[in-house]
Amino acid sequence: MRTTINSLKKGEKAIIKDFDIDVIPLKLLEMGCLPGNTVELLQIAPFGDPLYLDINGSHLAIRIETAKEIDVELIKIKL
Amino acid sequence: MINQNINVALIGNPNTGKTSVFNQLTGLNQQVGNYPGITVEKKIGFCKLSHNIKANILDLPGTYSLNASSIDENVVIELMLNKNDKLYPDVALVVTDVENLKRNLLLFTQIKDLEIPTILVINMADRMAHKGITLNIPYLEEHLKTKIALISSRKGFGIDELKKLIVTYKSISNEPCLSASVIDPEYFNSLRKAFPNQLLYKLWLVITQDVNFLNLERKEIQGSFTKSHSDLKRLQQKETIKRYQFINDVLKEGLKVDATIAKDFRSKLDRVLTHKIWGYVIFFAILFVIFQSIFDWSKVPMDFIDSSFASLSTLANNSLPAGVLTNLISQGIIPGIGGILIFIPQIAFLFLFISILEESGYMSRVVFLMDKIMRKFGLSGKSVVPLISGTACAIPAIMATRNIENWKERLITILVTPFTTCSARLPVYAIIIALVIPDTRVLGVFNLQGLTLMLLYLLGFGMAIFSAYILNKILKIKGKTFFVVEMPNYKLPMFKNVAINVIEKTKAFVFGAGKIILAISIVLWFLASYGPGTKFKNADEIIRAKTANSTLSAQELENKVASYKLENSYIGIMGKTIEPAISPLGYDWKIGIAVISSFAAREVFVGTLATIYSVGGSDNENTIKNKMAAEINPATGKKIFNFASGISLLLFYAFALQCASTLAITRKETNSWKWPVGQLIFMSGFAYIVALIAYQILK
Repeated sequence: MRTTINSLKKGEKAIIKDFDIDVIPLKLLEMGCLPGNTVELLQIAPFGDPLYLDINGSHLAIRIETAKEIDVELIKIKL
Repeated sequence: MINQNINVALIGNPNTGKTSVFNQLTGLNQQVGNYPGITVEKKIGFCKLSHNIKANILDLPGTYSLNASSIDENVVIELMLNKNDKLYPDVALVVTDVENLKRNLLLFTQIKDLEIPTILVINMADRMAHKGITLNIPYLEEHLKTKIALISSRKGFGIDELKKLIVTYKSISNEPCLSASVIDPEYFNSLRKAFPNQLLYKLWLVITQDVNFLNLERKEIQGSFTKSHSDLKRLQQKETIKRYQFINDVLKEGLKVDATIAKDFRSKLDRVLTHKIWGYVIFFAILFVIFQSIFDWSKVPMDFIDSSFASLSTLANNSLPAGVLTNLISQGIIPGIGGILIFIPQIAFLFLFISILEESGYMSRVVFLMDKIMRKFGLSGKSVVPLISGTACAIPAIMATRNIENWKERLITILVTPFTTCSARLPVYAIIIALVIPDTRVLGVFNLQGLTLMLLYLLGFGMAIFSAYILNKILKIKGKTFFVVEMPNYKLPMFKNVAINVIEKTKAFVFGAGKIILAISIVLWFLASYGPGTKFKNADEIIRAKTANSTLSAQELENKVASYKLENSYIGIMGKTIEPAISPLGYDWKIGIAVISSFAAREVFVGTLATIYSVGGSDNENTIKNKMAAEINPATGKKIFNFASGISLLLFYAFALQCASTLAITRKETNSWKWPVGQLIFMSGFAYIVALIAYQILK
């Protein structure tokens, strides 16, 4: 199964893998949403959307429809 | 030595404290205007750097990068590309937030590529210790090829050093810090060959977006160097990655963060403010406090302004020699000015609250909280900001829709924003509520008048949301939905920034609206003081003849003559003409006059009534409110401003689009007359029907 940003749970961190450049706004790239950067899901808005993220140190919110276009790889926390 | 004037441009991401740096550098020595042809605010301030160097400091709109996605951001690019612009900077200051340095540096590297001497201003340095941040300034200066000013606009340190640094602008490097052309060497080489005299990065900006510069024709460049939209975007992504690689490399040495020291205040506050219950409770509590206090707190200064102008008018009437000019001053100009100044307390309070909410970073949380709900109505979470700003004035509110990325959501927001209760409606509401709603307390705490006002605000919002829902169903516009909102750090609002903002906005409103109101007041006075035919001229004799048998005091007789004159004046005739159309709404011809004259701007309503009643009434009841309260309908013997007609008026003003400026701004922002005309017909038609129904039920 594909792991995308919207499938993260609150507090989980992941590495951005890949996305379809045509559906992601340039502004989001400029805010740091680029392959290889980390993303952490900080909060989910009350009705499940949008998502409040920490991408590469930038705090921003995006909608699920955008989040589900961005493939990530979950960072497993070592116990 | 000769005196020198240099141009300094302040550029930066939103939320970096750029405007407070501007305020620190210039104090109150600033001018706010517009860029020619567009409604983007242009702020220029002046600052003496040394005994012979003065600086014009330009506060450019906040932008995340030189790839513009709104008109505001376009302004930045067009200025930076045009060497012939008289504001073209001798030196650029890129303002950054020390906590977001990585992202803020992206714009810095782009500005550097334009080969303008650039100073890196690292703001909010007072938070470094708190966040465990240390910077290696010499290292950063060397690798970023710049000079750095470490400042705190909040605590006010580093500003003098920054001024000294600006003076040395000629020795500051204008070399780019990286070469963006490596992303596609072949393409950029051929571009360089075709335009050997142009800066490569400028060409690239012109190719990738909709800006013009110099004599270089866009078409000419694009013709031979066209790439598909998605190829260009791929290159832009490469460019962005390239820039971040460079920034990461530099920051690895230049910036250290000790995470163990960092205290996380943001996430705790976020947890409460965006909570699924508390988030909304807090938001609505804030709105409630705002509206209650606006009505309660502004009451005292407003009553004071009202009565001062009434006594000023009486004073002018008694002390100046009798004549037409005195009448114009005491009955036209003074009540007209009073009608403008009475707004100041409420407008100032509204702008005060809005700027505190924006400065503190809370507004972004509201956007986050409301997005899903707003989307059900075809709006965006970002529509909340225009809808709240709309409570001050629809003009800046409609301009604030520019950061809504989706055109359909933006259009709907523009169309429905004028339903929110703007400050121009406040004086109308205030005076009618004071007349028809009793000043009592409900449940011991809530002021009934305040509560009515709050209901009117909710009604405005409700109508905005409802029409958005309808428009969302009707409008068939397909567009990509982009939604990116930065969640800035929480900050305690700075008194100076808030104060300057409130003063600027209030001033702009009072002078902007004031001119119209004053002009209309004077025209009204003329129309009310003169009339056609013999009825107006011979009013005295006609009334004397009519009342010959009754015993009237001199005062009563004078009143009768005055109101007969008003009835037969030009304006009286106009009011009488439309009376059949408005009497089903419960209005008489005097209110009709006020409705006509306030077509261009709602707030004229109160001023008009003030002028009309000054012309027609006696001097005993001298405040506008008392005059209106005493007004009797001669046909029914009832008060003109009774509960039914009052509610009908409130509803009419709640919905009708009585504002020429709103029509103009909608035209500008939508680039078509279709939308403002539709807006006018729908809103005013709806207002008429609702007011009609309300009066017929309540009377």
